[in-house]
Amino acid sequence: MKSAFWKRWGLLLILVTLFPLTIVLPQSGVINPYINLVLKYVGINIILTISLNLVNGYMGEFSVGHAGFMAIGAYAASILTVWVFPREAGAFFFPLALIAGGVAAGIAGLGIAVPAFRTRGDYLAIVTLAFNMIIKSVLENMEVIGGPRGFMGMEKLTSLAWVYVCVIVTLFLARNYVFSNFGRGVLSLREDEIASGLVSVNTRQVKVLTFVFSAFLAGIAGGLFAHELQFINPRSFTILKSTDMLVMVYLGGIGSLGGSVLGATVYTLVLEGLRTVLQQFGISQEWRLVVAPLMLILLMIFRPRGIMGLREFRFLTPRDDQPEMLAEQRKRIKAASRIDEVSP
Amino acid sequence: MTMLHTKHLTHWFGGLRAVHDFNLDLQPGELVAIIGPNGAGKTTVFNLITGVYRPTEGQIVFQGQNLVGLPTHRIIVGGVARTFQNVRLFKELTVLDNVRIAHYARAGYLAWEAMLYLPRFTRQEAQIRQDTLELLDIFDLADLAETVSRNLPYGQQRRLEIARALATRPTLLLLDEPAAGMNPAEVEQLMETILWIRRQFNLTILLIEHQMRVVMGIAERIKVLDFGQTIADGTPAEIQNHPRVIEAYLGVEAV
Repeated sequence: MKSAFWKRWGLLLILVTLFPLTIVLPQSGVINPYINLVLKYVGINIILTISLNLVNGYMGEFSVGHAGFMAIGAYAASILTVWVFPREAGAFFFPLALIAGGVAAGIAGLGIAVPAFRTRGDYLAIVTLAFNMIIKSVLENMEVIGGPRGFMGMEKLTSLAWVYVCVIVTLFLARNYVFSNFGRGVLSLREDEIASGLVSVNTRQVKVLTFVFSAFLAGIAGGLFAHELQFINPRSFTILKSTDMLVMVYLGGIGSLGGSVLGATVYTLVLEGLRTVLQQFGISQEWRLVVAPLMLILLMIFRPRGIMGLREFRFLTPRDDQPEMLAEQRKRIKAASRIDEVSP
Repeated sequence: MTMLHTKHLTHWFGGLRAVHDFNLDLQPGELVAIIGPNGAGKTTVFNLITGVYRPTEGQIVFQGQNLVGLPTHRIIVGGVARTFQNVRLFKELTVLDNVRIAHYARAGYLAWEAMLYLPRFTRQEAQIRQDTLELLDIFDLADLAETVSRNLPYGQQRRLEIARALATRPTLLLLDEPAAGMNPAEVEQLMETILWIRRQFNLTILLIEHQMRVVMGIAERIKVLDFGQTIADGTPAEIQNHPRVIEAYLGVEAV
């Protein structure tokens, strides 16, 4: 029997304890630079997957251009750390640069969402597809920031610790959002948009808010990505990148944060593992490109909703929404109502 | 003051006139039924009142406020709620969440307050949870709070839909064929429920129904529609003997 203390604070304690490890382990060499890199990618992909899942999973719309938001975040954050913020204090200003990247992407998201959600239907897919292509062309044609050659000069500011913090914060924000009126409103949109308007949900507001939040997260992930690679170019953010995100969302499961974490982790690890395996057997690395579509096909056949479709891990559910707490509250209400009530 | 007032309400779907010159004056606390053959435009009237469609012509005034052109959610916040002919629950969501969604407009917290888990958010969420469970308890659904609503039997789905509509705290409730698909015993219970919620929640009710037992049993006034036109308006006793009603339902020769 776990004590009440552990139930309440256990998760937080674990998360806090893990934090020093994300600093110590890579520095002491316990985990080698390659594993460190893979872990960072897992983290960045988790943020991206949560971002896309908000729109494609929870809201049931279909965005195929999230790499565009990632690009905006990446470029905005990089420009700040390279040109604006003092280099000596780069690490200090890094979170600011990340947030600025997220905000820039969020503003772009607002620009997309407001016109795209004026209409009902599948316009979002077309609009985001166009957006992704436009962003790529614009970046390619802006000589100031390197044009097609890309932008460089960033320091390697993305450490495992920063990625860890960003993932935890993302999960915290997203969980609270999803288990709020806004999150439930978004879920109801996917089920039946007319009915959700008819139970007082401001459908446009919810759509725009969620889309902006989603773009913001993609921007944060972009900033992390740029300061890991220390070099970005427009070709890093094509529709292929967006496709990767789609696979991770549908692999992990739509409408689930736990699913997003699982999907991103499994997908990243499988692709990286495959790299080693193919190398060992001397097979061309191009076979890795077959894996993503194959995974999707198998998934659609055997588990159409993904690993965690529309379900959530317990530790990602707010305490008061967990079954025991609800049962207790129900009992209290029943006891109170028995006294003065005549039911229909 | 009149609760709901429509004047010359007319709606065209392309070349089809679904509703023609629909006039209604609903007094507070009244229970009025709209009847008519299939395709008479009854549900369209509900869709016009709740802003799902915008009327081609005419006025809708609810408690002194003009509703034409308002977005649906604003109309609902103003105090109108409705249920659907074919139950439209959020099927993949739990019973609890179905009703909690209907509290959307009542909570004042902002998105960032929710994300940061600030006290205002947790406090209002606790209130919503409490209100929802109490409402579910009234409809004997509290024990099913965590059931995914698509797994409920039909009768319970109907009840849940009414509970969800009541969660928006309406003053005017529009019920679209609530007895559809129910057996006689269930219909009997439904009639009691409708009268009970009217008393308990101080409602004015506008009801679309095919089952004459329900309409004659609980409605105080009946409007009969046929091909978008209002062909009769009166008390149940008047309607039963109205020649045009008999004609619409049974054909000309029956008169």
